[in-house]
Amino acid sequence: MFAQRPDIRPATVDVFVAGQPVRVPEGATAAAAVLLAGLPAIRETPVTGSPRLPYCMMGVCFDCLAEIDGIANRQSCTVAVRPGMRIEPQRGARPAWREGAVHEG
Amino acid sequence: MIRSSFDAIVIGGGLVGAAIAYGLQRQGLATLLLDEGDIAFRASRGNFGLVWVQSKGLGAPHYQRWTRGSAEEWPKLAAELQQRTGIGTGLQQPGGVHICLDEEEFAQRDAYMAQLRREAGNLGLEYRMIRGAEARDMLPGLGPGVAGVSWTPYDGHASPLYLLRALHTGFTGAGGTYRPDARVDGAACAPHDFRIDAAGQSFRSPRVVLAAGLGNADLAPQFGLHAPVRPQRGQILVTERARNLMLMPTTTIRQTEEGSLMLGDSKEEVGFDLGQTPEAMKMIANRAVRAFPWVADLNIVRAWSALRVMAPDGLPIYDQSLRYPGAFTANCHSGVTLAGIHANRLAPMIAAGQLEPDMAPFSAERFDVRSAA
Amino acid sequence: MRADMADLAIIGAGPAGMSAALEAAGLGLSVAVIDEQPAPGGQVFRAVEAAAADPALTGEYAAEGAALARRFRAMPGIDYRPDTTLWHADLESGALSLRGPHGTALLRAKRLLLATGAQERPVPVPGWTLPGVMGAGAAQILLKQAGAVPKGRVVLAGQGPLLWLLAVQLARAGAPPALLLETSAPGALGRALRAGGPMGRQLWNGRAMLGKGALMMLEARRAGMKIVRGARRLRAQASADGARLRGVSWEGGSTDCDLLLLHEGVIPSTHITRAMGLDHQWDAAQLCWRPALDGWGATSHGLVAVAGDGGGIGGWQAAVRGGALAALDAAHRLGRITAGERDRRAADHRHALSAALALRPFLDRLYAPAPEVLAPRDDSTIVCRCEEITAGEVRQAARLGATGPNQAKAYLRAGMGPCQGRMCGTTVASLIAETRGIPVEQAGALRPRAPYKPITVGELAEL
Repeated sequence: MFAQRPDIRPATVDVFVAGQPVRVPEGATAAAAVLLAGLPAIRETPVTGSPRLPYCMMGVCFDCLAEIDGIANRQSCTVAVRPGMRIEPQRGARPAWREGAVHEG
Repeated sequence: MIRSSFDAIVIGGGLVGAAIAYGLQRQGLATLLLDEGDIAFRASRGNFGLVWVQSKGLGAPHYQRWTRGSAEEWPKLAAELQQRTGIGTGLQQPGGVHICLDEEEFAQRDAYMAQLRREAGNLGLEYRMIRGAEARDMLPGLGPGVAGVSWTPYDGHASPLYLLRALHTGFTGAGGTYRPDARVDGAACAPHDFRIDAAGQSFRSPRVVLAAGLGNADLAPQFGLHAPVRPQRGQILVTERARNLMLMPTTTIRQTEEGSLMLGDSKEEVGFDLGQTPEAMKMIANRAVRAFPWVADLNIVRAWSALRVMAPDGLPIYDQSLRYPGAFTANCHSGVTLAGIHANRLAPMIAAGQLEPDMAPFSAERFDVRSAA
Repeated sequence: MRADMADLAIIGAGPAGMSAALEAAGLGLSVAVIDEQPAPGGQVFRAVEAAAADPALTGEYAAEGAALARRFRAMPGIDYRPDTTLWHADLESGALSLRGPHGTALLRAKRLLLATGAQERPVPVPGWTLPGVMGAGAAQILLKQAGAVPKGRVVLAGQGPLLWLLAVQLARAGAPPALLLETSAPGALGRALRAGGPMGRQLWNGRAMLGKGALMMLEARRAGMKIVRGARRLRAQASADGARLRGVSWEGGSTDCDLLLLHEGVIPSTHITRAMGLDHQWDAAQLCWRPALDGWGATSHGLVAVAGDGGGIGGWQAAVRGGALAALDAAHRLGRITAGERDRRAADHRHALSAALALRPFLDRLYAPAPEVLAPRDDSTIVCRCEEITAGEVRQAARLGATGPNQAKAYLRAGMGPCQGRMCGTTVASLIAETRGIPVEQAGALRPRAPYKPITVGELAEL
């Protein structure tokens, strides 16, 4: 849905969006990476499962919730990309816990 | 302008008032329900949502019976509201547990439940004290440090907000008159003849029910009644929605129909102060993580504080005025748990003009030092 | 846990926050600046340090914006904390609960200045939740932060200076929008001009800004952008499978598009000021709530001030001056300067502030959103994006007895989702007002609570 302008802002940071490698400029957010990758939806709502993409990009609307590096429901428009970051769509309600996660009481 | 003469007027449109008004209207009484506006001390909006039996009524068998009775009435009320309004209240009564984080808490709980059973008498009380390993089979994700739980089959939960909406919708659907933004600003009393001034109008009725929560303390004396209730603050944390996991509610943690986890509850004596304190929020979070360590990963999206309606002994108060018969008062901090019995048993008593004799222990006369002496 | 101290804590590193920090630090106050973003700039100067060289972003952004950020970075005495959110404030003690890249922290501030800026006014048209519909501000942020431009056929819809600025910036970046659907009522310009009274002087004082606006419109048209005026009853049309945007329709027309960018101006972000229980007033000109402030930005609570667009929309130049005035007042209240000194230093700022605000009443009148923006006519329109509550459901709740957005929230869950009513609060109040026949200010506003931004249970437990 969005295109880069490599002559102006060269892409230098490699991240994975829904498993696919994408190179984006430094300073871009995880939400921007999803839009640059052309993903059809960043989340499916927990209420009706409808697809959403980021709406406001300024931390207000919470429609950009995504799973980033295994952590569910992060406001991806407020998270800057880091090399190797893994961004996955948030499908419905998050799991209550991560498979394989170890919790010490 | 709406009609000015009713068979009954209920003051207070929260869960207590709405359940009673719904019950009265369903009994065929033309009922007026007066409520405050958008901003008020609304315990109903802050309710945790338990339909709870196992922590209620130690030393007060009449309260234990009343609570058990309400848990039994609840499925009928929920089904009827669903049928009349199409609104589901989210009622589930799979049983519930109280989590004991350490051995000391477990021993205390054991003694508490045993005493509760003794006081239940012929009614009986089914419960089990369950040790950590078995409890962890029952409740996925229960923390390794949890000493054990007490379990009863009677407990459950519901959505307080959908219950309130269903009661309001059912009440008006049955022909009742709901007036928000109508704080009472005057009253004149005679036996079975009351005039209530609210929202620039005067309303008359042979019956009036005071269900104004903390507002009852000031209202009651005007009607020859006594309602010595005080605010007790509780803070609640609500997480983002998670996939359904918890099989049953606990005293302080429940997963809502939508998937959010609600974490409560603090008890603070701070007067009419709706403030939130990081210290109390931290304590709630801390106990929740000890009970279910995976809760640590969840985002808190909302938190709030609300004021419980608390009598000096923590029990409900129900009374009819001796001086002005026809005036009743209902006060409690368990608007959800007691909704079933308020609609299905208390309202018919009020409609008939008499609280049944077994309600006598709930009278505010118990706080009267002269009668106690 | 570490509990740092500051004379003045400033929330937000946009024009107001940076300017206040510079002024306060210059007077010797210890200053902490808490900002959600990774770099200074706020929304208007977002990512200005990285993007000032972008030829699409020349003008005030690259010149004044970059200069302000440079001065802010260079100023000693400022404890700048990027990537950090405020999630609770205890106004009795001045204890601020923060969440940053290194976990939670506590900061004790003698005074608090909220410079949290504005958000775009939500534009609840049917279909606005579809992938492919965004705020115009979002596209501008993508341009500033990532140098990114929309692909395919882009339609801008709405009104206001930012929409024209974005059209020009996108054109300069090689991605001119195809169409601008301007929602201003036909004749709005004439009516705004004829409003009379002091308006003539305002226009004269604001002539530089007006001139800039006219040049932008010319440039956008030269780039090939078509314009439809007086567009009403916008709808975002879904693709056959309902999963994305297919096009946009309005009364009398429709077109296919890949991206629809909506904009009906900006409104103060009042989430935190509301959660703190500060007094607010309904701004009948800007059709939004704003905290009640005195001439120094002081709120109804003695510890707290507000500066910048968060106190009422005035633009970045007004925010810079407002921030400096609030800082002077903070220095005075902390006993560092006398009232006379404060007033003397304030004179230039006040003069510049009134110049910056000269054109505002004209713009407010010209770009007043249509009633259908405030209270969508179509009952099927989603108003609460989080809980997916429609306008029709809110109207029904109002008929049942919800006299304000708090009771509507209890009945419907509208405003209960992750955004906590930031997107739907005013729309819900407007729908209730319309249904019950009362003014929107009487319907009131949501009363949000802490945490102002999400925090995990684990972080809270370990405080």
